[in-house]
Amino acid sequence: MNAQIAIFLVQDGLTNGAIYALLALALVLVFAVTRVIFIPQGEFVTYGALTLASLQLGKLPGTAWLLLAAGIAVTAVELAQALRLGAAERIPGILFKYVIFPAAVMGLAWWAAPLKLALTLQVLLTLIVVVPLGPMVYRLAYQPLANASVLVLLIISVAVHFAMTGLGLVFFGAEGSRTPAFSDAHWNLGVLTVSGQSLWVMGTSLALIVGLFLFFEHTIYGKALRATAINRVGARLVGVSPAMAGKLSFTLAALIGALSGILIAPITTIYYDSGFLVGLKGFVGAIVGGLVSYPIAAAGALLVGLLEAYASFWASAYKEVIVFTLIIPVLIWRSFTTHHIEDEEE
Amino acid sequence: MNRARLALGAFLAFMLIAPLVLPAFHVTLLNYIGLYSIVALGLVLLTGVGGLTSFGQAAFVGVGAYTTAYLSTAYGVSPWLTLLLGLALTFVLSLFLGFISLRLSGHYLPLGTIAWGISLYYLFGNMEFLGGHNGLSSIPAISLFGLALDSARKFDYLIWTLASLALLSMHNLLDSRSGRAIRALKGGGLMAESFGVDTARMKIIIFVHAALLASLSGWLYAHLLRFVNPTPFSINAGIEYLFMAVVGGAASVWGAVVGAGILTVLKQWLQDLLPRLLGQSGNFEMIVFGVLLVILLQRAREGIMPLIVNRFPAPRRPLPATTQVLPKRARPAAGEAMLEIRNVRKVFGGLVAVNELSFAMNSGEILGLIGPNGAGKSTVFNLVTGVLPGTGGEVYFRGERIDTLSARDIVPRGMARTFQQVHLLPTMSVLENVAIGAHLRGSKGVISAALRLEREEEAMLLAEAARQLERVGLGGHVQEQAGSLALGQQRILEIARALCADPVLLLLDEPAAGLRYQEKRALAELLRKLRSEGMSILLVEHDMDFVMKLVDRLVVMDFGEKLAEGLPQEIQTNPAVLEAYLGGVK
Repeated sequence: MNAQIAIFLVQDGLTNGAIYALLALALVLVFAVTRVIFIPQGEFVTYGALTLASLQLGKLPGTAWLLLAAGIAVTAVELAQALRLGAAERIPGILFKYVIFPAAVMGLAWWAAPLKLALTLQVLLTLIVVVPLGPMVYRLAYQPLANASVLVLLIISVAVHFAMTGLGLVFFGAEGSRTPAFSDAHWNLGVLTVSGQSLWVMGTSLALIVGLFLFFEHTIYGKALRATAINRVGARLVGVSPAMAGKLSFTLAALIGALSGILIAPITTIYYDSGFLVGLKGFVGAIVGGLVSYPIAAAGALLVGLLEAYASFWASAYKEVIVFTLIIPVLIWRSFTTHHIEDEEE
Repeated sequence: MNRARLALGAFLAFMLIAPLVLPAFHVTLLNYIGLYSIVALGLVLLTGVGGLTSFGQAAFVGVGAYTTAYLSTAYGVSPWLTLLLGLALTFVLSLFLGFISLRLSGHYLPLGTIAWGISLYYLFGNMEFLGGHNGLSSIPAISLFGLALDSARKFDYLIWTLASLALLSMHNLLDSRSGRAIRALKGGGLMAESFGVDTARMKIIIFVHAALLASLSGWLYAHLLRFVNPTPFSINAGIEYLFMAVVGGAASVWGAVVGAGILTVLKQWLQDLLPRLLGQSGNFEMIVFGVLLVILLQRAREGIMPLIVNRFPAPRRPLPATTQVLPKRARPAAGEAMLEIRNVRKVFGGLVAVNELSFAMNSGEILGLIGPNGAGKSTVFNLVTGVLPGTGGEVYFRGERIDTLSARDIVPRGMARTFQQVHLLPTMSVLENVAIGAHLRGSKGVISAALRLEREEEAMLLAEAARQLERVGLGGHVQEQAGSLALGQQRILEIARALCADPVLLLLDEPAAGLRYQEKRALAELLRKLRSEGMSILLVEHDMDFVMKLVDRLVVMDFGEKLAEGLPQEIQTNPAVLEAYLGGVK
């Protein structure tokens, strides 16, 4: 290995690592607010990537259908609840949010898909289609069990991951897709060749991290989420609804997931089940931070990206083995630095 | 003959005849259900009973399958020897993985299992000598007493014999001293530790046990198909195993068979139906499994086994007869030094919960520890019982310093406690709940329990539990579920459980809270009776009326410090106490 390759691998590792870092942040966020270990994060990556790929081919993305179907399912659940509580005044709102809105998005996608709009507009459309699935998933799968133990919520997460992977296969098929790069530019700086794509990825990640920071520090919703993460009961007492906090954190997670998918799609071919491994690499990073620290989670995720880049150079067949085995020293390290008496949860 | 026994007989008869008469396809299905049941049984123990979760069991199945596949094809080693080698390898591996992930709080274990589940899968697929993604073929058939088990029909008997043995030994294990300790893990380790259960060790044991069952299933799989490749050991397979255990539920060991049966048949049917419906091929059954599980966890968290168990009520078992009695420790003479607390201090962050507290009590005494809310009474309790480490000071029990010991090491010295919030296992019988208290008075472990070699000791433990229930007046409720008792009775049950540990000092944390008047009188009566039998009692209580009539002496705490100490009449007229309680009424 010479210096040029070494530097190339660093760039490659940091590019992937930046995406894993975004996912790690979303995972920490969701866990802190809802105690959900959000395994299906990876499916939002897949959905984001493949929805954009469909749009670029001028096809109506299958996720638009999924949004419509999920909307109808949420409508059924919400209507049943509204009728049980005798709250008929909620019905117009429910119909607007979960029937009219998804139908409008569907119509928009159907109209826009064949036009092959500019990349920015396609990205925007992708987000409009995929992100609302986040809060809908929360409403359907998690909200009825919001007080269950972390373990039950985790099993739910794995079940949702299973269902969403299968749905990905239905809507996108078994073929993989790769989208064109955002930028073909290359700059030569001495031995280093910087690609425009990796600058895009790192720039977007950084912008998103700064955006999240501002959201948490300076907006009332961001503060509500932080309050819920610190003390669920206390936040509830001052009027932060846990359902609102849950849906909001899932919306953010879906946004981060879909964006990560859009960023990673030009780098690697994405299949209907690829998101799972991508999301899990974010998890390895998040676990380094004990699922609580944002900066350590991000640093851990960058480390995962670097390790992966070097592993694929030295022993490409064992790339996944090496990355996922990293969790063992991490667990050992955490088990010797964490001291606590395990208390009951249920 | 009751219905449960009839059902068992029908099952065994079916298993004997089925391989002879069923069409080949159904025999194959039955074989798979058997293989999956063995793995799911481990998860029923681990997840359903013990409250731990693993998504990585498929990897252990793979370890068992690849060990025998490689050794029997490359070196011609006998499959019976490779079974032992596979189990040994799994033992070492699971011990290592369990040791590093079980120390951490709940969710690291399942996340860890996903990670190493994926690692091992890719390892199987990339190792040259294991045939890479093509796998290994021409694995020899198993022969038993010279008979080669080379057809699915013959192999069915081997699978279901081993599955039945696994079920039986698991059933035996759960119905034993170790089984009660394992079932106590799920409610949090605090209660179990307080009666001397080494919860960390128990967790490792059930984790390794589940891994060994998975490995056994892998060995069978390899010799049934005579071919292995990495696919059936992927993380998705690991997830399906967990689904089986959740669908079946932990109400009975049969949950494993029911869960494996339902998912296997459903998968077969869906794999046939869905691709035709959708016009493309793929694993679409994942969607149905995922949605089904979400609905099941939302609507029936215990799985479907409870529905079945209720139709086949187990017969009420008479208490095992025994004439032997557990040995009891020597009682201290009345007036001997029992407990002494010297300058104990406990700081939580910036809060001084207990500050330089000292008091002592002697044998045969009921000492009341009272004080307003937040005075630090419960903290003192937790310091004495070893649940919390102190910041400073010393605690002596019968002359021995105990503040450096853990809860588990204090119990065998003769101190037992109850909890402010009752810590019971609601679905277990009253008798079994009480028998947990006697955990340290038995010594037989998991293996003798699985093989039923500990019946004599078990009978003595249960007899002791029954005796203590009689002693506290719950003799009529022995067979009921603990969760069905009224709160007052549950508090009495906790006292019986503490008595089962054969203590000389009993620590009661607000035993009268939430009790009705009659129940309080009965409780006071019981405590007086215990004192007359030579028991020493330290009591934390809020109810003044109850305390004043009962105790010999009182220690009053306020803001973590001792405010007063003395006889009940002295305390009632102590100006400092009145000030603290009534806000200075003159």
